[in-house]
Amino acid sequence: MPSMNESPRPYRVPSGMRDSRLHTPKVNRQGLYQRATKAAFIKLDPRIQVRNPVMFVVWVGTVVTLLLTIDPNLFGTLAANINQQRFLNGLITLILLFTIVFANFAEAVAEGRGKAQADALRATRTDTTARKILPTGTVQETNSTELRRGDLVKIMAGDLIPADGEVVAGIGSVDESAITGESAPVLKQPGTDIASSVTGGTRLLSDELTVRITADPGQGFIDRMIALVEGAERTKTPNEIALTVLLAVLTLVFLIVIANIPPITSYIAGFLRTTVSEQAATDLRNGSSIAIMISLLVALIPTTIGGLLSAIGIAGMDRVAQFNVIATSGRAVEACGDINTLVLDKTGTITLGNRLAAEFIPVNGHSLEEMAQMSLNASVFDETPEGRSIVALAERSGVAVSFAPQRAEGIEFSARTRMSGTNVENQEIRKGAVDAIRGFVRSRGGHVPDTLDAAYERVSRLGGTPLAVCQNNDIYGVIYLKDTVKPGIKERFDQLRRMGVRTVMLTGDNRITAAVIAQEAGVDDFIAEATPEDKIEVIRAEQAQGKLVAMTGDGTNDAPALAQANVGLAMNSGTQAAKEAANMVDLDSDPTKLIDLVTIGKQLLITRGALTTFSVANDIAKYFAIIPTIFAAAGIGALNIMGLKSANSAIISALIYNALIILVLIPLALQGVQFRPLTADQLLRRNVLIYGLGGVIAPFVAIKLIDVILPFS
Amino acid sequence: MLQGWIQILLTLLLVVAITPFLGQYIAHIFLGKRTFLDPLMTPLERWLLSCSGVRSPENMTGWQYASALIFSNAVMIIFIFLIFMLQRSLPFNPTQLGAPSWDLALHTAISFVTNTNQQHYSGEVTFSYFSQFAALGFVMFTSAATGIAVAIAFIRGLTGRPLGNFYVDLTQSIMRILLPMSVVGAIIFIAAGIPETLAPPIIVPTLEDPSLSQAIARGPVAHFEIIKELGENGGGFFGINAAHPFENPNGLTNLIQLLLILCIPTSLIYTYGIFANNLKQAWLVYVIPFVVLTGFIAITAIGEYNGNPAVNDLLGVDQAPNLEGKEVRFGWAQSALYAVFTTASMCGAVNSMHDSLMPAGGFATLSNMFLQIVFGGQGTGTAYLFAYLILAVFITGLMVGRTPEFLGRKIEKREVVLASCLILLVHPIAILIPVALTLAIPGIAGMSNPGFHGLSQVVYEYASAAANNGSGFEGLGDATLWWNLSTSFSLLAGRYVPIVALLLLADSMSRKQPVPVTIGTLRTDTGLFIGVTAGVILILGALEFFPVLALGPIAEAFQIMRGIG
Repeated sequence: MPSMNESPRPYRVPSGMRDSRLHTPKVNRQGLYQRATKAAFIKLDPRIQVRNPVMFVVWVGTVVTLLLTIDPNLFGTLAANINQQRFLNGLITLILLFTIVFANFAEAVAEGRGKAQADALRATRTDTTARKILPTGTVQETNSTELRRGDLVKIMAGDLIPADGEVVAGIGSVDESAITGESAPVLKQPGTDIASSVTGGTRLLSDELTVRITADPGQGFIDRMIALVEGAERTKTPNEIALTVLLAVLTLVFLIVIANIPPITSYIAGFLRTTVSEQAATDLRNGSSIAIMISLLVALIPTTIGGLLSAIGIAGMDRVAQFNVIATSGRAVEACGDINTLVLDKTGTITLGNRLAAEFIPVNGHSLEEMAQMSLNASVFDETPEGRSIVALAERSGVAVSFAPQRAEGIEFSARTRMSGTNVENQEIRKGAVDAIRGFVRSRGGHVPDTLDAAYERVSRLGGTPLAVCQNNDIYGVIYLKDTVKPGIKERFDQLRRMGVRTVMLTGDNRITAAVIAQEAGVDDFIAEATPEDKIEVIRAEQAQGKLVAMTGDGTNDAPALAQANVGLAMNSGTQAAKEAANMVDLDSDPTKLIDLVTIGKQLLITRGALTTFSVANDIAKYFAIIPTIFAAAGIGALNIMGLKSANSAIISALIYNALIILVLIPLALQGVQFRPLTADQLLRRNVLIYGLGGVIAPFVAIKLIDVILPFS
Repeated sequence: MLQGWIQILLTLLLVVAITPFLGQYIAHIFLGKRTFLDPLMTPLERWLLSCSGVRSPENMTGWQYASALIFSNAVMIIFIFLIFMLQRSLPFNPTQLGAPSWDLALHTAISFVTNTNQQHYSGEVTFSYFSQFAALGFVMFTSAATGIAVAIAFIRGLTGRPLGNFYVDLTQSIMRILLPMSVVGAIIFIAAGIPETLAPPIIVPTLEDPSLSQAIARGPVAHFEIIKELGENGGGFFGINAAHPFENPNGLTNLIQLLLILCIPTSLIYTYGIFANNLKQAWLVYVIPFVVLTGFIAITAIGEYNGNPAVNDLLGVDQAPNLEGKEVRFGWAQSALYAVFTTASMCGAVNSMHDSLMPAGGFATLSNMFLQIVFGGQGTGTAYLFAYLILAVFITGLMVGRTPEFLGRKIEKREVVLASCLILLVHPIAILIPVALTLAIPGIAGMSNPGFHGLSQVVYEYASAAANNGSGFEGLGDATLWWNLSTSFSLLAGRYVPIVALLLLADSMSRKQPVPVTIGTLRTDTGLFIGVTAGVILILGALEFFPVLALGPIAEAFQIMRGIG
């Protein structure tokens, strides 16, 4: 795990704040609405409608009212003028039809957006010819779709990489802009854990790579992303299923309530005939005709949320995709809203990935110049940003490499030794974690001066990372690597805290350094000197308390923790193992995105809740619009507090409102309710006021308005 | 007038005052803490349980609890049905009463075991003393205890505890709550003038013409009366229930009965507060039914106080209370109070004829039974209230951006299915469908009044059955095969479907890993959330009955205002 070690490792972290980098693949939105309109009508197919219980009831109602338009006396003769009946039933049929079409349209637009995004991604996915290396060693030209997991392919400069894979030989720079939008090429080479994984659809710019394919065709990340945003593989999330059940129960309740009205009105009509007048009895019977009962049913069942529910879910996935994150399931996105604890690596997430050399602190009687010289010697072969910053700092202090590079040999960093360096003839020059160097020096019979500890502590207290430098058994001093907390990160943690999300920082740094950074960044807790095993321990401990945990990771040793976490976000630059264990992959390899994902998850849930509340609250007005007018003959006309003109006008107004509100709310469903980092109480107060109280009042106003406009008598 | 309002206000204050004491006592019993009856009851209970084969009571799962409950209830139904059918051959039958019709016996058995006590008969001319105390009196205890057991199991589940053992809960409810209170109460009732005797009806010469004689029914009434109110049973010893001077002779007995009717359902909310260690939430939840109750009392009392304008016109007065169907010793205030209390708590005892209430009273009593949470039935009312809270959390809780959770437990598909079906679906099925059938099939209804009032009579009968209330609007020829069987369906559906669902809901909540509460968690113990819950109850629980209310009491009210009735 790169961030767990004090020594630098290749770690690609784009600089700058998220918004400046937020990018969308080139999405073709042209003709989106025309296509969606067409799809809205195609979706009238009952086989599609039956999946949504609420809208299916509307669908059946539409069919029945259509039949009643053709023959108004289909279910028994009504006393009213047949042409008037036909006109009214026709109008009801039309409005019901549009109610379904509007709901379909919402879903089609959401799907269309996803499709456009998928198309943009698919453009990178054109079949290419791959050079497959056969077991015999010969190279065979194969179509990229025929590659299987485990195949070896040779890739030359200028080639598209045919599928996701791992570099096993060669070194080369790859342009990943097709998926990340980052134009700077990335260096890929084998064995380096992070930099060895390549993604299908990206292009090799230079040199030559041998890649082992890690995904069968159609199983690569891009394929998964395409499948997900297109909605083909979209399965309902647990919360969505629960909500669908509730809506179905509500629909069933209203179905029972309304099916029982005609026998009751029929009984009352019998009474009115003898006590009031024949006309009153007829009016009451007409007020509970089949067409009107269907209208009342459609008005009362939660069509607003029922019609928009799937669009909300698809739009939520789209938003994740727009952030260039691949989620393997909608469930993962929803879980983001529930996260209690974020486990964050310090490096790359909280601090800028590159720790830069800020100062040389000589010890053991060495001069500053000697120290700079030795640091330079130790770092000439170190290509990491930290290594290069040491070289730059040393050169700025006026020293130059004191040996011919051909005579020297670079010693790579390893997690075991926690050191890197240079061997020049018999001289072993090393830099690394202070205790690692201390051990190295002791093992060669050297003496460790007390001043080393003082320097080490000083650097730690500054929140920096100390690297000790030695030659053989002689310690030269400590390099102060400065860690920079990302600008704006503290504010984001404050926001998270206000939402009740706790942040835990993990770092390989010692306690003192970790404490300084933790305080500067404003995290709630930190684990210092953490090992990869600690990560999974932290997650398990949090989960044992019932908390949901999210984390990011990229190394192979992160994989168990990524799998254990409720939301595991792997970096695309990470290893295959990490990506497979995670339930989300960030194509931009930016761990800070985890914070955005929490917001997206919450926004998705809030949108769903807001529209449900709105839809249910609407029923009060609809009851008060329709019941008093259709039962006016029973003498309860005084309850018509909205002063609607007539039963027909009330019914049609309520239905028009019912259909139009779906159309009006489509943008809200697709964009999501604006999210504010507030406490639960504040959010509830605000949203109950807007969507609850608003849901009670809005239909009163709107239905009255439509009633005034309508030319009914 | 002022006196009436003071009576109402004082009664309400006493209801609230009793809540914390009884609530705490109930909580202590079921939390296994020490109570003053331990020395007497602990060995007695152990002996009773081991006699019935429950030697080492284990915690039950939701299904086990529910099946223990249903099987024991089924056995009781069969047992008391047999007593009714064989009462001629059984002792304590001074008036030589024979077996009632099988459908009446079945309906009565189901009605009493479901804690409803809907009566399609008059006790004094239908059932022997033995049938009254051994069959009816027995299940008045067990049915009430069943309700309390359900509430306790539900509260345990919600607060993350195992549900407990049905047999133990049933036994403890009887031995530590119902029986001790009944013993004390019955003695007070006897002192207040309620008879308790096995002697046959007394034959006396009438005052007007001493050559004629009349039979005055009596019997073991006092002990029957106390559990009738305390256990939310409501089934009267006599046909006219608590309007009878031997059941409810004076103002004192009336007040005691009012308090008994509401004391356990109100206290159980407080008991929840102790179990959840959140008394603030308990009191806030308490506010919802209390406000609704007060509102319903107000509209009923105003309606009764103002009287019927048509009658008042005939009398030539501006205002006179509606005293039709009322006992003058109780007057408009205590009659209105009793009517609302008894329908609020699913007791179903009556001290006036609800058929004669003004439409406002009809509206309030019907709405009480539709809602079922205005403190509600013995035990079940409290559970319903919290099931509504769960639904409110689910609907509005998403708006804080988290998967909805109640007391730290996530509400998912299973909980939504159970909560919504039991609250929203059972009631319309058990009330509206039989109402529509009764009205659609000619000649089976037998309403005494046509039109809006007749509709109210039919709706009331089924609402009373489905809500396990048991009071009758009366004025209905209801001792027929159709009524006995169709209301039996409503009784069973209204009782056991929700109970099974509540137990499964509690079971599933108790098995969930609790999520720690953070600032991002929706708090359910705030005034705002309680207000939201009230809105959800109004929209989901009440508005579904708006059409029948509109054509029943509301239309009747307008009719009376126009002066047609």
